[in-house]
Amino acid sequence: MSTLSAAAVAAAGGGAGGEQIAFWILAPIALAGAIGMVMSKGAVHSALWLVLTMLSLGCFYIIQEAEFLGFVQIIVYTGAIMMLFLFVLMLTGRDAGDSVIEVLRGQRVWALVIGIGLVGLVVTGLLRALGATSSVGLGEVLAARGAIGSIAAVLFTDYLFPFELTSALLITAAVGAMVLAHVERAPGEKRSQRQRVAERMRSDRMSPLPGPGVFATSSSNATPALLPDGSIAPGSVSRLVEIEESERVARRYAAGEALAELEGVDHPSRGPGNQADDATQTPDYDTYEVTDVPTTKGAAR
Amino acid sequence: MTPTHYLVLSALLFGIGAVGVLVRRNAIVVFMCVELMLNAVNLSLVTFSRMHGNLDGVIMAFFVMVVAAAEVVVGLAIIMSIFRSRRSSSVDDANLLKF
Repeated sequence: MSTLSAAAVAAAGGGAGGEQIAFWILAPIALAGAIGMVMSKGAVHSALWLVLTMLSLGCFYIIQEAEFLGFVQIIVYTGAIMMLFLFVLMLTGRDAGDSVIEVLRGQRVWALVIGIGLVGLVVTGLLRALGATSSVGLGEVLAARGAIGSIAAVLFTDYLFPFELTSALLITAAVGAMVLAHVERAPGEKRSQRQRVAERMRSDRMSPLPGPGVFATSSSNATPALLPDGSIAPGSVSRLVEIEESERVARRYAAGEALAELEGVDHPSRGPGNQADDATQTPDYDTYEVTDVPTTKGAAR
Repeated sequence: MTPTHYLVLSALLFGIGAVGVLVRRNAIVVFMCVELMLNAVNLSLVTFSRMHGNLDGVIMAFFVMVVAAAEVVVGLAIIMSIFRSRRSSSVDDANLLKF
């Protein structure tokens, strides 16, 4: 409470105190959002972390006397652009994280090293070049016509031609997006066999997908086909199955553990306890009746 | 509060975004990292504008936002069309640049 009132007093006093408090609160939030975006596994979580960063950046703009830009940041970036991102994420489907196959060996480590090096260079350069330079402030420039009026004055005089160019850019972007996202096929129209064959020949894989459960140890459809090196064959498990489940099955298989209890993965109604019975006991179809099931299970337990 | 504080924060955000572009495989997340880098540059532009008492930096940040919006629209449409032909939005899968 005391810190809050101190903050309020500092903010009311204006000047550097309030700005300092806001900076030291918002800067860690912005950094946490950025790091969370890079680290989080799901793309939707990344988008939400980025919203956090963008909101705090909007606050920074407002603190730095660029109120108009701050509100544009919040409305356009966090409102429109991030919603567009989420929209496309939902259209492409929530993928189960990134692929773990490293195409270039050691790429992540090198990326981190290069990133830290870049930041180190820029920060030391900034500190040496600027040090404790203070800012002139926009108050004088904004005083003449007000915050928005002065921006408009500059935008529509000195920057009129670039401003007109942006309109051409935006129209081009809109037309381009329509061309790229346009589907030739009407919804509900069936593709012919010829079209499907051509599509398949053009795709990466002409042969059928490997069947799930190729190593015939489990009836779960989360069971992946394994490549000779023990990794999961891509495409051998339905996209609807979470990749973590397949990894779990493959790990258990590699460890030589029983897979029976994992078979209930895609049959939520079947608890993990009674799989062993079902797997070992082949139903005798002559005498198999629905009413028998509970009693035999009870006896087995 | 000196401009250096803001500029260092901006450099950090830019670096995190750059590392994200290099590390992540999902094309949409890579795109978000590019957006983060643009935002970091915007922060430094606004800071420079205030540092020199001149509105040019604010205008420049404004233009960066417009260009970023156009870029996002076209980029996401490209990602959508790649996803439609390949059923994947991983940058490793789009390696032949064929439709």
